Amino acid sequence: MSVKRIYLDNNATTPCDPRVVEAMLPFFYEMPGNAASRNHPFGWEAEEGVNQARQQIADLLDVDTKEVIFTSGATESDNLALKGVFEMYARKGNHIITLQTEHKAVLDSCKRIEKMGGEVTYLPVNRDGLVDLNELEAAITDKTILISVMWANNETGVIQPMKEIGDICAKHGVLFMSDATQAVGKIKTHPKKVGIHLMAFSAHKMYGPKGVGGLYVSRKNPRVKVTAQIDGGGHERGMRSGTLNVPGIVGLGKAAEIARLEMAEEAQRLSRLRDMLQKGLMDRLEECYVNGNEDHRMPHVTNISFKHVEGEGLMMTFNQDIAVSSGSACTSASLEPSYVLMALGLGDDLAHSSLRLSLGRFTKEEDIDYAIDAIAAGVNHMRDLSPIWEMYKEGVDLEKVVWTEH
Amino acid sequence: MAYSEKLLEHFKHPKNVGTLDKSKKSVGTGLVGAPECGDVMRLQIEVDDATQIIKDAKFKTFGCGSAIASSSLATEWLKGKSVDEALTIDNMAIVEELALPPVKIHCSVLAEDAIKGAIKDYKEKNNIVESKS
Repeated sequence: MSVKRIYLDNNATTPCDPRVVEAMLPFFYEMPGNAASRNHPFGWEAEEGVNQARQQIADLLDVDTKEVIFTSGATESDNLALKGVFEMYARKGNHIITLQTEHKAVLDSCKRIEKMGGEVTYLPVNRDGLVDLNELEAAITDKTILISVMWANNETGVIQPMKEIGDICAKHGVLFMSDATQAVGKIKTHPKKVGIHLMAFSAHKMYGPKGVGGLYVSRKNPRVKVTAQIDGGGHERGMRSGTLNVPGIVGLGKAAEIARLEMAEEAQRLSRLRDMLQKGLMDRLEECYVNGNEDHRMPHVTNISFKHVEGEGLMMTFNQDIAVSSGSACTSASLEPSYVLMALGLGDDLAHSSLRLSLGRFTKEEDIDYAIDAIAAGVNHMRDLSPIWEMYKEGVDLEKVVWTEH
Repeated sequence: MAYSEKLLEHFKHPKNVGTLDKSKKSVGTGLVGAPECGDVMRLQIEVDDATQIIKDAKFKTFGCGSAIASSSLATEWLKGKSVDEALTIDNMAIVEELALPPVKIHCSVLAEDAIKGAIKDYKEKNNIVESKS
């Protein structure tokens, strides 16, 4: 039985590149050492693997190897950067500025910081998902120690104006942190070029393994320090204790190397396929809307609302063979629609109707053709079933209908 | 999450999708839910005047798989029942039949509300006084 399975959910996680797996394998058995064991070859080999990975990441990010801290992933990196800065710079101030569309790892860390006595400003975004730079600058007070803005959004792919934000931070002497999980390895992310001081990233969003990631921490101009959030043996220059996940780190390094070498070509290929997919759906279906700015957007993502169709139901029409995700409430544990799409000013109904389609290294052109057919058929099927689509077609003003909310 | 075979069957091949002529006196319409909440269910019944038996039922639903399956199942159960029998359909019976997970119980509540709404509409159109129960 050959069931066609097409994976268009690469923003959730990417498959491991086989070259990454191959690089990792020796470190499970042949070279099982602890990178902190200084007195035998097992330890030296492990340390060498880690050193090489650190170099590969430093090359990708154009930073110094001493500026790379390994963690268990971007969530931990976000926690370390935010809470670590908050504690370390408590004497300078207690105010942090971030966006409403940030990942939960940032938002929930900020909520914790508020409980610890910090003050956090959650800035809104424009209709297209971009931050208003004037508003950002105006939010800075003499208590502001950190501005945290994600490089690219996980749901919409919208890329924030990092250089401009970096300039504002420099002008006011405020640290700049970025959750760059969705951007690193896919577009050029050189923190020093745009004035970022701390930057979180993860291996499993760039064809590496799950459970490993990193944090870039600037060492020069300025030298940034964070208070460790995990105590132990003082690994990673005292910022993150815990035995290093050597195979994972080696995999992250290899993933970074592949990304650096292939990124430009891959981005071009993916944006062509993404545009094909988006255009294919928009041409075939009426009442579809792309969410987020299309000019400042990751090459592999599109987020589309299909009016009068509920996202989870829509996914059920094709989820046997195509994997995507939706901002519909029905897909979340909280039964709330996507807060990111709501922050863009979409009504609940459009947020419920959204699909996020994220392509990846292993997406083929034929997958796109197949996906267009299947998704379009699904939307038509769901619209045939939809009373509000029927009412819309009959010219009923849906705004004026008295609904019975439940 | 994994859904039951029965639910998937109702979702993939929904029964009684469509629209009855709501201007007819014999047709009752229940419209429940709101687009902002992510589900809207419209359920209609056509009642035989003489026997008070529901001879046809149709639905259209905007919502998740569970909402669509719940309404499809409800229309199947309605057909052939008397109006008064139909009022006894309980949402928990739908939950059981489709093995709805806890987060989807509201879909069955919506279906029960839609049934009650359709019957109420039919009775009002035909000046049938609700018996106090």
